[in-house]
Amino acid sequence: MDIILFELALTCYFASAIVSITEIFKESKITHRIMLIFAAAGFFIHTVNIIYRYVVAGHIPITNPHEATSFFSWCIVFIFFLLNFRYRINLLPSFILPFVLLLMLSSSILPREIKPLSPVLQSYWLGIHTVFAFLGNAAFALAFGIGIMYLVQEHYVKTKKISGLFERLPSLQSLDEINYRLITFGFPLLTFAIITGALWAQTAWGSYWNWDPRETWSLVTWFIYAIILHARLIAGWRGKRAAILSILGFLTILIAFFGIKLLKKGLHVFL
Amino acid sequence: MKVLVVGLNHKVADVDVREKLAFNGPKLEEGLLLFHKLPHVKEGIILSTCNRVELYANVDDIEKAAEAIRVFLADYHNINRTALDRSLYIHSDMDAVKHVFRVASSLDSMVIGEPQILGQLKDAFELALAKKTTGILLNKLMKKAISVAKRVRTETKIAENAVSISFAAVELAKKIFTDLSKKVFMLLGAGEMAELAARHLINNGVRDVLVANRTYERACDLAKEFNGRPVKFENFIDEMHRADIIICSTGASHYILLKNQMQKVMKERKQRQVFIIDISVPRNIDPEINELDNVYLYNVDDLQGIVDTNLFERKKEAEKAEQIIEEEIETFYKWLQSLDSVPTIIAIRERAEEIKKEELEKLMHKIPNMGQKEREAIEYMATAIVNKLIHPPTAALKEDSDDRDILVAAIRKLYGMDGKKG
Repeated sequence: MDIILFELALTCYFASAIVSITEIFKESKITHRIMLIFAAAGFFIHTVNIIYRYVVAGHIPITNPHEATSFFSWCIVFIFFLLNFRYRINLLPSFILPFVLLLMLSSSILPREIKPLSPVLQSYWLGIHTVFAFLGNAAFALAFGIGIMYLVQEHYVKTKKISGLFERLPSLQSLDEINYRLITFGFPLLTFAIITGALWAQTAWGSYWNWDPRETWSLVTWFIYAIILHARLIAGWRGKRAAILSILGFLTILIAFFGIKLLKKGLHVFL
Repeated sequence: MKVLVVGLNHKVADVDVREKLAFNGPKLEEGLLLFHKLPHVKEGIILSTCNRVELYANVDDIEKAAEAIRVFLADYHNINRTALDRSLYIHSDMDAVKHVFRVASSLDSMVIGEPQILGQLKDAFELALAKKTTGILLNKLMKKAISVAKRVRTETKIAENAVSISFAAVELAKKIFTDLSKKVFMLLGAGEMAELAARHLINNGVRDVLVANRTYERACDLAKEFNGRPVKFENFIDEMHRADIIICSTGASHYILLKNQMQKVMKERKQRQVFIIDISVPRNIDPEINELDNVYLYNVDDLQGIVDTNLFERKKEAEKAEQIIEEEIETFYKWLQSLDSVPTIIAIRERAEEIKKEELEKLMHKIPNMGQKEREAIEYMATAIVNKLIHPPTAALKEDSDDRDILVAAIRKLYGMDGKKG
């Protein structure tokens, strides 16, 4: 059952990602609708899948790499739909859905069995800490996609090559503002995740901060986004610089997420 | 019943010829009525714009009608016949239909894809309708031409992309800023092109306008015109941090804004995006300013470059449009053929027979144990009713009268023989 749901969601995401890529070349109302329907269907099935795993395991299903990547994808699609509801950002799906597909594909090759929870993780902090961390990071993922869109559009306007996607990409100002909104949305979540993580570490390992690689990288990420927000308010670092920083910020998140997993060191080994 | 087009456009005639031939103001109505009364002309429409003068007609004899129209044009406008004949083009039948479709779709325009021509064509058609100089053929032709033009507009990108410098400037502004109505615009200097661009910006929502000019009075005048605020020219750099969009067109022979000055301005406006258009020749703004972050500087050549690419794009789209027109000509041709009376007569008969058969079957079903005699009597009566009902229309169709095409169209409509689209 779990496998069927996951594969179905993956298939829907796959279809929507493919359509979103074709939209870069040619866009129509019909393709757009098809893409959104596939993404929404994928999201719905994915939600059922996560609830199902929750019920079977008896705890929130973010306790192994397969679950974590899957849940991270879910968060990105969730915020994507929230954003899509509020603004109509042309071509955003083409810059986000292929990435979601990559995450889901990497999730699909990771071991999926539900193992009994190690005692360290048996805490109500598990749900709070992880959900906040993942939602925050998902907002940064969207800021990353928007940042790339900004750089593409800025390249067209700056070099005066008015062609390609220029017509269809949103204005620089709106991309910049949405990027900022996403970061102001993700930053408090990340902050909260770090605080709850520290509190949890105190109860689980007896110390608030242990300098394990994940903690360190999270702190690095936190500083990058703090700099983005601070520089914007104080020095007016907006536009291109903000876009580049939000791309860098998300790359550090990816390193923290996948890089440390490959090293298999530190206290956060379970993820 | 044939379509005829006689006229000239910017491609075949210079402006002085076009001027002489134009039907301006009251002349249009008067000319239209005279044109409609010409021999061999059954219906008529006159399209007169600054780039073309064209007369559309439904005629019974192309040669004779064309001659009559040429004589009429020369006499009415008092122009030498031979000079006029050299410029006039004549299209008939399907060529004429194609020409009208191309004109409506703006493929025959000076700037391909410009939208005005469709409105002008609609006006010409409306006047003809009001003056009752059109009938079934031209009405259908015009309606079809308008729908073809709309199809071309939605299915191709022929009308997309700015093809004038001031429109290109507005397009760019919209890709830099989200909402132009919240942006401050500064006009430095004056000049025709700069004022035109300013007006386009204001038409697109810009409300907050600052005007600086070497002569303060001129600045005040322009500010009044644009509903803005004048700024002393010496102070323009101090006010610049307010402006999101700047159009510069002063007569200065040197740069009036340098990179380090702009850097300060950007700091003051917290690096918010700024769009600068330098229309002046020689340039008034140091081109290096474009290297600054969030500053987008365009000069006349940059804008012209965009316009040229867009024009090239439109030409490519025009090929797709020609394809659409070919398709539509075919459907129009089919409609025209359907006005021939023979197939219509047959269609009426078939339809009547069909109804008769259906109704008889229904009746037989309801009263199954009817005798042979009664059955024959009922059938006989049904046939008689049908024949008597369809006799007058079919007889009228068979008559070779002048208004037969109108009758055919009317009957096809009354009997619902053309489907919903008619």
